[in-house]
Amino acid sequence: MTMKPIAMRDALLERIWTEMATNPDIFFVTADFGSPVLDKIRSDFPQQFTNVGIAEQNLINVSAGLALEGYTVFAYAIAPFITMRCFEQIRVSLALLSEVRPMNVNLIGVGAGFSYVVSGPTHQCYEDISLIRALPNFDLLSPADHITSGALFDYCLSKKTPKYLRLDAQVLPVVYDLSLPNISAGFNELLHGKDLCIVATGFMLHTALQVAKDLSSQGFSIGVIDLINIASFNHKLLRNILSGYQVIVSLEEGFRGCGGMDAMFFNFFARENIKIPYLNLGVLGGYRFELGSRQELHEQVGIGPNSVLASIHEFINQINL
Amino acid sequence: MAIHRRAPETRIASSLSSVEIFVALYYGGVLHFDSKNPLAITRDRCVISKGHGSICMYPILADLGFFSIDELHKVCHSGSFLGGIPDPVIPGYETVNGSLGHGLGVATGMALALRSRGNEQQVFVITGDGELHEGANWEAIMFASHHGLDNINLIVDNNQISMLGFTDEIVSHGLLEERLNAFGWDCIMVDGHDVDSVRNHLMQMKKKHNKKPKALIAKTIKGRGVPGLANEPLSHILNPKPETIDTILAG
Repeated sequence: MTMKPIAMRDALLERIWTEMATNPDIFFVTADFGSPVLDKIRSDFPQQFTNVGIAEQNLINVSAGLALEGYTVFAYAIAPFITMRCFEQIRVSLALLSEVRPMNVNLIGVGAGFSYVVSGPTHQCYEDISLIRALPNFDLLSPADHITSGALFDYCLSKKTPKYLRLDAQVLPVVYDLSLPNISAGFNELLHGKDLCIVATGFMLHTALQVAKDLSSQGFSIGVIDLINIASFNHKLLRNILSGYQVIVSLEEGFRGCGGMDAMFFNFFARENIKIPYLNLGVLGGYRFELGSRQELHEQVGIGPNSVLASIHEFINQINL
Repeated sequence: MAIHRRAPETRIASSLSSVEIFVALYYGGVLHFDSKNPLAITRDRCVISKGHGSICMYPILADLGFFSIDELHKVCHSGSFLGGIPDPVIPGYETVNGSLGHGLGVATGMALALRSRGNEQQVFVITGDGELHEGANWEAIMFASHHGLDNINLIVDNNQISMLGFTDEIVSHGLLEERLNAFGWDCIMVDGHDVDSVRNHLMQMKKKHNKKPKALIAKTIKGRGVPGLANEPLSHILNPKPETIDTILAG
């Protein structure tokens, strides 16, 4: 890979900053959370920027009010705070209200999964997918690299609905250095195989690619899909692709079996009558306070590359693939 | 009262404390509105945060032509848009209400937007005093004064009764006027059942551009005018007997 990766938030905020120069209808609201590119936004466009302070409930309410008056709003905070501290504000003044009065509010949460590695469970976020999924009119966008994160800007601008973007706090390797991700389909098939397909989202795409390499070297034909929009994707297209595999594995940096991406897939497979053996992998063991590298933490909760590889082997032995 | 007679699911007591406030706003020339185009850009924004305490708005909105008076006969019935707690499917309602403590924050965002765009319309918000127990209000109160949003006008229907009793016995709002002034607001207290006084104060508030958000604390009586409800600590969940309503309506 030749392209130098940058932070997901900076890729997205750079697009917002560029747009603000010619578009007076964008408003940026932060709950006292920053980034180098945010410094440019607040110094160059003070009339289209406000910091509500450490007050996420007001972050959502003020964003709703701005959106009702016609602004395209980007609201920005750390992922667990922008989803959980203010969940009822999100429900009442974004999800409910936007059913009657169209509003374009984009919640940008930074710090998906374990990406604040040493900050512990207050700043880590394993419940956001489940929570936002519970709101039937929300988009749930989960990029795996900064190219995708930046490309999501056009989608955010054009689609006048409430959305949640879960961004990683770390700089992740570039996935889409050769071709842009297909945002409108909601997913991309990065590797095509015949035996087993791993569908992953966010940081876990990188784990999936690593595991795919190991499994391929062991003689399996592996597919990898990057699910970018967990709430809204091309069902027919994904169904057709997945139907070509013997086993499907999903991989998310959120609690396993608690209503996250795996619950979405159980529902999707039932509705689409997909009867392929399915292994859902996610965070096991509840909240933990151990310190370690992200990979060490992931291995402790069952989503590190070694744990994933072991779980997949166990599963394919069970079903005699 | 007639609506409540037909739809006892509606909360009548908290509508009786706020009715003069709404009369002053809508008939007193305070609010600029267009009943045929409820979301006209030129309107003043009126955010009714104490949703269930605004059933008295149904006849006002119908009378002013926001919707047909016939709709008043269908409150809480299948197919009607007039529910037990008003939602913005009703022409004239701006936001989702009733889940308390949301209106002021959303109104603050509207006020910020109006000022950023240089629009002269103002934002009015009606909350109860019990509702001010919700902390999100105070996030908005701090934000509005910090930004000098003098296009926002808060009206507190201060009937001093929440669901389970007197607010001062639950968590006190004692010295509310001083509290709001201390938070950088321009606050006054008036008799909330004196329509002329409420109207005149609201007109003065609207004209004042002093870089301070403004608040009017309307001292009111929950369940006013109904024997058994007036100032009764549990009036929020009490319904007057149909005969009582008939007697009041006949009078």
